[in-house]
Amino acid sequence: MNSSALKPGTPAPDFTLRSTPDQSVSLADFRGQNVVLVFYPADWSPVCGDQIALYNQILPEFRRLGAEPLGISVDGVWCHRAFGEARHIHFPLLADFEPKGEVARRYGVYREKEGTTERALFVIDGDGVIRWSYVSPVGVNPGADGILEALEGLQAGRGEPAGAGR
Amino acid sequence: MSRLRPPVGPDDHAQGPADAPVTLVEYGDYECPYCGRAAPIIQRVQRRLGDRLRFVFRNFPLSEMHPHAEHAAEAAESAGARAGNDGFWAMHDAIYAHQQDDDDALGDARLAEYAGELGLDGRAVLGDIRQERYADRIQGDFMSGVRSGVNGTPTFFVNGVRLDGSWEEEDLLTAIEGASGQA
Repeated sequence: MNSSALKPGTPAPDFTLRSTPDQSVSLADFRGQNVVLVFYPADWSPVCGDQIALYNQILPEFRRLGAEPLGISVDGVWCHRAFGEARHIHFPLLADFEPKGEVARRYGVYREKEGTTERALFVIDGDGVIRWSYVSPVGVNPGADGILEALEGLQAGRGEPAGAGR
Repeated sequence: MSRLRPPVGPDDHAQGPADAPVTLVEYGDYECPYCGRAAPIIQRVQRRLGDRLRFVFRNFPLSEMHPHAEHAAEAAESAGARAGNDGFWAMHDAIYAHQQDDDDALGDARLAEYAGELGLDGRAVLGDIRQERYADRIQGDFMSGVRSGVNGTPTFFVNGVRLDGSWEEEDLLTAIEGASGQA
């Protein structure tokens, strides 16, 4: 586990990143709903059903739980566009491209040596506070079970601020 | 960390004895080329282990990426409903055997054709496919996979524990034998 990743109870640092060549997305736009921030190493992962494809497939389940996923990698907007179109991705993929990895650094999940982000997940509530986070071991796709449990915890009003509180 | 839930039960498609020391569960997608590559590996592992292994298949169609995956799963479920466990597995094997034939290898008409070649009523199977008669079961399998930590296809569980390493033949055997030693 990467110990530098922001912990539950921490206000989620705001950011504005491009999702397409002419559109930007800000975390603040999502106040009032849950956000699942998905940092992933790169578009075009060479396996079927990679993490992004899996979250895309279960989008209805995320939305049922009042959450919108946002993918973030250091890939540029044109790369995201090609990847999103090829895999029919129906949620925003954000380009942490310039300055490279800046948002990942602020969340404590940038890998200097590789020049990519960790495989890290953050569940952020409607008030913009991180309520759950997880950094997956390198090379292991974490799946979606942890995210869904965290979102259900929020819905039941028993999210786990894990010490830090609000 | 990630464990199979619900555990294997009577409604699952299984090959091999229920009291085998090891149960291998695959969450698979019929259009996924990696699952296609895994199919003969699993068959070889089954032959090598015989009654010491039970193999279970659950559906995990990534239909956003694989437009034919859902209907192929419908075809296998239809065969299972019409011709029992053997029918399911015959169709399952046929779909993977034909997966890479050409671009239309998993089209509805072709799925019905494979069913016909197995002695099933191809038109009836085609009807089931078009009605998506087994959609609830397939979706149930899918969500059980999501809840169990399935993270792509194929994902394997050995005695209920997700296998995060390689599923090449020797690696799969090693994982199974490790679990068998603990059983």
